[in-house]
Amino acid sequence: MSTLEIKDLHVQVQTEDGPKEILKGVTLTIKDGETHAIMGPNGSGKSTLAYSIAGHPRYEITGGTVTLDGEDVLAMSVDERARAGLFLAMQYPVEVPGVSVANFLRTAKTAIDGEAPKLRTWVKDVNAVLDRMNLDPTFSQRSVNEGFSGGEKKRHEIAQLDLLDPKVAILDETDSGLDIDALKVVSDGVNRFRERDGKGVLLITHYTRILRYIKPDHVHVFVAGRVAESGGPELAEELEANGYERFLTAAV
Amino acid sequence: MTVTETAASAVRSALETDHIESHLNPPASYGLADHPVPTGREEVWRFTPIKRLRGILDGEASAATLKRETTLPEGVTLSAISAEEAVALGELAPNERPAALAAANADGALLLDIPAETVLAEPVVIRLTGATVDDLVWSRLIYRVGAHAEVTVVLVHEGSARYSAISTFLVGDGAKVNVLSLQDWADDAVHLGRDAIRVGRDASVKHTSISFGGDLVRMHANVEYAGPGGEAELLGLYFADEGQHLEHRLFADHNAPKTKSHVLYKGALQGKGAHTVWIGNVLIRKVAEGIETYEENRNLVLTDGCQADSVPNLEIETGEIEGAGHASATARFDDEQLFYLRSRGVSEKEAQRLVVHGFFNDLIRKVDIPMVEEKLLATVEAELAKNVLKDELA
Repeated sequence: MSTLEIKDLHVQVQTEDGPKEILKGVTLTIKDGETHAIMGPNGSGKSTLAYSIAGHPRYEITGGTVTLDGEDVLAMSVDERARAGLFLAMQYPVEVPGVSVANFLRTAKTAIDGEAPKLRTWVKDVNAVLDRMNLDPTFSQRSVNEGFSGGEKKRHEIAQLDLLDPKVAILDETDSGLDIDALKVVSDGVNRFRERDGKGVLLITHYTRILRYIKPDHVHVFVAGRVAESGGPELAEELEANGYERFLTAAV
Repeated sequence: MTVTETAASAVRSALETDHIESHLNPPASYGLADHPVPTGREEVWRFTPIKRLRGILDGEASAATLKRETTLPEGVTLSAISAEEAVALGELAPNERPAALAAANADGALLLDIPAETVLAEPVVIRLTGATVDDLVWSRLIYRVGAHAEVTVVLVHEGSARYSAISTFLVGDGAKVNVLSLQDWADDAVHLGRDAIRVGRDASVKHTSISFGGDLVRMHANVEYAGPGGEAELLGLYFADEGQHLEHRLFADHNAPKTKSHVLYKGALQGKGAHTVWIGNVLIRKVAEGIETYEENRNLVLTDGCQADSVPNLEIETGEIEGAGHASATARFDDEQLFYLRSRGVSEKEAQRLVVHGFFNDLIRKVDIPMVEEKLLATVEAELAKNVLKDELA
């Protein structure tokens, strides 16, 4: 079982003009095995929500709680959150020059599991995952995210999701910048993860396109730092037809 | 331009190679009077803590030597020659006082001779060990690599001494040379070294300077060309700890057309008073049309209280070149890199360790000498254990 519970979360960042509140009371519960889509216009705070849950130092929590299976996520360090079962697929994965994908994956897997993976099965597992993500076997010798195309970066994120096997995955605009083929590969990867027992997914996106491949259980419209409306998949269809106009007007 | 002017310009160009006009690099000379005792305010000395040279600049005579162990593959010889013979072979004259003192005070010179067309599968290894910092050691070395020879030379410095050496690498036409100088001294050693390389026509030279140990290490790597088509890759790696001064001064003198120089030095600093200096000078002379040069220095500052000085200089006397550029960056750990790694469950210390290894990895791979690669990785790890990973290992 895995439940991610976000209650009345307030987050601010420091700007030249002083602190600025980005999240203004977000409440959201992702229960066992559920996929939630968060949709919203640019600047609504979607990514801030993702990075705040993962613990990025830029975001300052000023109120509210986040728990994973009852454990206080906000009290954990960034790496403790990952070891507790949270995973963030980033919109802009970071280059780490000189560190090979193979070394990175093994180090991360060892950290998450608390022991080194069995060498024989591990190599097989990595190769199988790379193959499923349509990544060349030589990919594992390249430096992490260095010189990767946009599509390679996203597929590499989902390959990590597959191998690290968290409880809850937060996907921050994983669909942005992907062509249709890459989008299908990435969506297949996410769907394979969802098929596993009790996995939660928080899918953050600007577009409805990815929701044709990954069917959410719940859809939330995110405007001006909070959830403006929640509903089922039909809410996404409405957004596809009418855009964010109605919600933006309501927020003003 | 008229024909007469062209001719006059060609004559000027031909003459120009006889003296260096670069304001960054004092003219080479054996005369000690040409290299007065520095006060520390000179451009070429301003970064160096002169007091910590422990009297080397006074130039006292000394018969002390370093213990020398060598691995000489078949065909390679090491022999003693006179000072006159060294000059006659084409030794590149000193361009600063410690090198001039080494030439004046060393008892003759050593010649490592690699005949033309010798292709060596195994490296030449010279291991020099100092007994104590009380010893003042002068040394003068000539490496002569014949035309079309292919050779790797590994020079290791260990133990302790006050050591000043002048070395010249005469690389024949079409030869391929890979030289590595490792400064793995004890904490109190002082090492002033001048390596100068003359690259033959169409020859390629890789020169790597790696400094881990010593209280004060100041190394020159100078390159010039005996003809067109020569290529030089100058690499360096240093790791400065508390109180250490590690200085690397590069000079690529493009005195022939169609030549290349590529410089990459990377360093890490940790602990109070760790100081590194990197000076990358490039001179592109009027004759040096169609050359390519790029120099890059990157420093990673691991703790508070360190200082990294990094100065690239480019003097260009002709615009008719393929490319010239430089880059210099000194930074702390990148928060975004650490966040990315930690968001995958990797602890902060382990993430830092990965980043530092990654920082040096591409350079260590470029060195391309398998016998030292493992040693370098292990030394980087040991350096990290002193500081960045200290708490975790304690």
